[in-house]
Amino acid sequence: MKKFFGIFLTAVMLVAVLSACGGKNDGNSGGQASGSPAAGGDSGAKKKFAIIYKNTGNPYGEKEMEGYKNAIEELGYEAILKAPDQPTAEAQITMIDELISQKVNALAIVGNDPDALQPALEKAMNAGIKVLSLDSAVNAESRMLHINQADPERIGRTLVQGIVEMIGGSGEIAILSATSQATNQNLWIDWMKKELEDPKYADVKLVKVAYGDDLRDKSVSETEALLKSYPNLKGIISPTTVGVAAAGKVLTDKGLTGKVQLTGLGLPSEMAEYIQSGVCQWMYLWNPLDVGYLSGYAADALVNGTITGAVGDKFTAGKLGEKEIIADGDGTQVMLGDPFKFDASNIAEWKDVY
Amino acid sequence: MKQAATNSAALQGAGHDKSGSLSANIAKFRELGLLLFIVILSVGVQLRNPSFLTWENISDIATNTAILSILAVGMMLVIITRGIDLSIGATLALSGMVSALTVSQYPDLHPLLAVGVGVGVGLVCGVVIGFLVSWINILPIIATLGMMNVFRGLTFETSGGKWVSAHQMPESFKAIATGSVFGINNLILIAIAIYIVAYYFVSHTRTGRRVYAIGSNPESAEISGIRTGRILWLVYSIMGGLSGLAGVLWVSKFASAQGDTASGYELSVIAACVLGGVSIAGGVGKLSGVILGAVLLGILNNALPMINVSPFWQNFIQGSIILIAVLVNALVKRGIDRNNLMRRKI
Amino acid sequence: MEQRLIANKKELTLKGFFLQWEWLLVLLLIGVFVMNSNLSEYFLDSANLRDATMGFLDKAFIVLPMVFIILLGDIDISVASIVALSSVIMADLYNHGVPMELAVIICLAVGTICGWVNGLLIVKYKELSAVIVTLATMIIYRGIAYILLEDQASGKFPSWFKFLGWGYVGGIPFILIAFVFFAVVFWILLHKTTFGRMVYAMGNNATAARFSGIQVDKIKIIVFTLAGLMSAITALFLTSRMGSTRPNIAMGYELEVIAMVVLGGVSTAGGKGRMIGAILAVFLIGFLRYGLGLVNVSAQMLLIIMGVLLIVSVAIPQLKQRFAYARRK
Repeated sequence: MKKFFGIFLTAVMLVAVLSACGGKNDGNSGGQASGSPAAGGDSGAKKKFAIIYKNTGNPYGEKEMEGYKNAIEELGYEAILKAPDQPTAEAQITMIDELISQKVNALAIVGNDPDALQPALEKAMNAGIKVLSLDSAVNAESRMLHINQADPERIGRTLVQGIVEMIGGSGEIAILSATSQATNQNLWIDWMKKELEDPKYADVKLVKVAYGDDLRDKSVSETEALLKSYPNLKGIISPTTVGVAAAGKVLTDKGLTGKVQLTGLGLPSEMAEYIQSGVCQWMYLWNPLDVGYLSGYAADALVNGTITGAVGDKFTAGKLGEKEIIADGDGTQVMLGDPFKFDASNIAEWKDVY
Repeated sequence: MKQAATNSAALQGAGHDKSGSLSANIAKFRELGLLLFIVILSVGVQLRNPSFLTWENISDIATNTAILSILAVGMMLVIITRGIDLSIGATLALSGMVSALTVSQYPDLHPLLAVGVGVGVGLVCGVVIGFLVSWINILPIIATLGMMNVFRGLTFETSGGKWVSAHQMPESFKAIATGSVFGINNLILIAIAIYIVAYYFVSHTRTGRRVYAIGSNPESAEISGIRTGRILWLVYSIMGGLSGLAGVLWVSKFASAQGDTASGYELSVIAACVLGGVSIAGGVGKLSGVILGAVLLGILNNALPMINVSPFWQNFIQGSIILIAVLVNALVKRGIDRNNLMRRKI
Repeated sequence: MEQRLIANKKELTLKGFFLQWEWLLVLLLIGVFVMNSNLSEYFLDSANLRDATMGFLDKAFIVLPMVFIILLGDIDISVASIVALSSVIMADLYNHGVPMELAVIICLAVGTICGWVNGLLIVKYKELSAVIVTLATMIIYRGIAYILLEDQASGKFPSWFKFLGWGYVGGIPFILIAFVFFAVVFWILLHKTTFGRMVYAMGNNATAARFSGIQVDKIKIIVFTLAGLMSAITALFLTSRMGSTRPNIAMGYELEVIAMVVLGGVSTAGGKGRMIGAILAVFLIGFLRYGLGLVNVSAQMLLIIMGVLLIVSVAIPQLKQRFAYARRK
């Protein structure tokens, strides 16, 4: 009896609340989110451009979002920056839904999963939101355009060329990657393997691809395991900022500077110590500020119709000049440029930037 | 009738006594099962990869396990009181981040002070949780689940979205974890020091025994005059302090402080305790078991990559070994109890 | 210390009726609505609210059997791994030629079996608590998912599968209808059947329950099996929402589910709590998160708010009890 009372009253209250907001909705000139292409928000209000990064508290991600924000604010619009506390696809789907409800004009996303965001992003595109990805791509059906920081082929090949030069042309090398599912890393590793098929690397052997899961402690144990299992290891490539810094620490602690070479993609701030000490002679990355900045202008170009995301479209990206869209598998992309090399000569000026 | 029953029981007891005594003695050393497991595992790995049982590798395992075992000691005390602490990963991250930020601002700070800062932050976190659990009477799982989120959020806030990197840390700070005395790494020494203090606390102080009493039977402990509230507060504060220490050591060891450091680490710590025979029902737990449990986990983390197990099999193998270890422990305990029952002369 | 009395049926006083935990949740829910509608103009849009439920209801299915488990005084932290494993097996089988309908049934079967294994281990080895067993199986089940799918994604499901997580029936999201259906079923199971009464009895005093003839082992196994089954149902909806699956989905779901159950007033000491509380907590947490997300609160602030909410809402009745006791003295 008591329970029926309680549930009944609760139900009545919930229904009352929901129908009350139903009434308010009719008065709302914004219109419903589903189906209507007029996702330009309430007319007259500032346009809204959103970006979702992989996770929060990541300095690289903060820089990308900052670059995006700079571009959007340069254009005079409002930027919304979001990042979940855990790098999962589920959390990003929730954020996409929240942005659809806010009727943003454009959504730039750094995907935690290339495929799992597809239904959510399709819903966004159906609501009239322009969707583009940057850095970590989502599959071609989920986006209109992808902003690539650097050609994955160039990244893969350059890293292999670098390590081979460091180890003197022959020897065993290993790769320390992030998680086994990471799209960017897997793509770069594929290109590294392709580069190694070239006959001039006949004396170079890739002995293992280890996964540090972008966790500091796991990356350290995987590096130590590599050194133990392959005592003749001469070089390590780590195309992930956490991995390369962890490997640098292990090599420093074990006094292997010069005996085992290291290169990869690292944050200048994290790697400054190891480049200056010689553990890592040089490494690569690109400027995340520029990646975000380019994405901001690309988003704006999509929103005002300058481009549609098709191959051959051109647009001006503020300070970065004119950019052209090229093909990328089933989809399209815009390339930022070449990977940037950090070594002892320039690390000092970059280590405080990011 | 009663006489006959007593006689037959005595006869039965006497009869089993001779055959039961040996296995009972062996079974008394519950930890022996775990130790044997570790030995067999190590031998097996050594056969696959001869560089496993080298001095250098063992030293690596020890330093990697040191932090885990320090936390496991604290967790043991918490679990003995029928509680649980899910917030240690977040406390570790927060104290590590704060101490890293401090030394990057004041590079001339003596490393011991940096450790003090970390331990201090951890203590504060532990005291807060102790307050929630003992004074407001919130169940430990809820209190620590909630505070875990709060501490993690605070870690991100204090870091301002940035990481503290190696070049921002003075050498003295990084040497906390990499330095060594008489050839033994600092971390191992600190861990051993903690074990000794913990052993003394648990076996030779009244407060330590009271912790066990509270865990065995909270109501009778309360009635017999033990200030359960104070001791619970103490236990969680100790856990917080140890997490703070672990945080500084972690950040020093990896020369990097991130917002998501040690996310999910609490499960490894709980697993180490559980493997070591600490009972979730409270009141039972030995320091030696917990240390062995941490060692087993450390070996697993080190050995699996070394014997070229595919990374995709690692989870499954780790989980299976944990399951087998606890099952073996359970069966051994059953054997002990049965032996004890049979040896009772009624 | 907590009072563990099985209360007699109290008379229906108005004050006593409204001073229950579940009413506090209703008040909080209304408070959340008021706060969120003031924070963001987008909140009180029925289409948005409707779509918001699609976001948080996928894990809500596990909350229902978890209420039973926590009422027993146990816990199950392997549920997220069961979600991952059943989803991965379903996707893998479908992509190897098994028809989707059959794959869905196998997904449910896998979840049920995983839950059943949990129950069996806990019951056969009473020395092991549920925490330990489900900790080990949590790692093992997800480990199997990793072995099967490694680092690949598996998806490309038939278009009807998308309906589960994204479809509407008469304007109401299908997932909401499914949740309400299961919520009613579990509510009846807990509050209107002897099974439910027996679960309460076991939670209050396991030994007394056993000696009064209740088949404690069988009930425990059933409860954990149900958790496995509902995890598989979550797997269906989550996989449908993502359109694909990987071994690392549903990470952290177990803690979120436990938080929802505990916020709903179910005591982890066992024997106390009501289904409606957990259901209210699901909506409370879901709408609170959604509303805060609409004003783009940072992830770290969200963590702190959620943590504080959990603690404060559990602290209030405890403090009330403490001061009431002190006043009576």
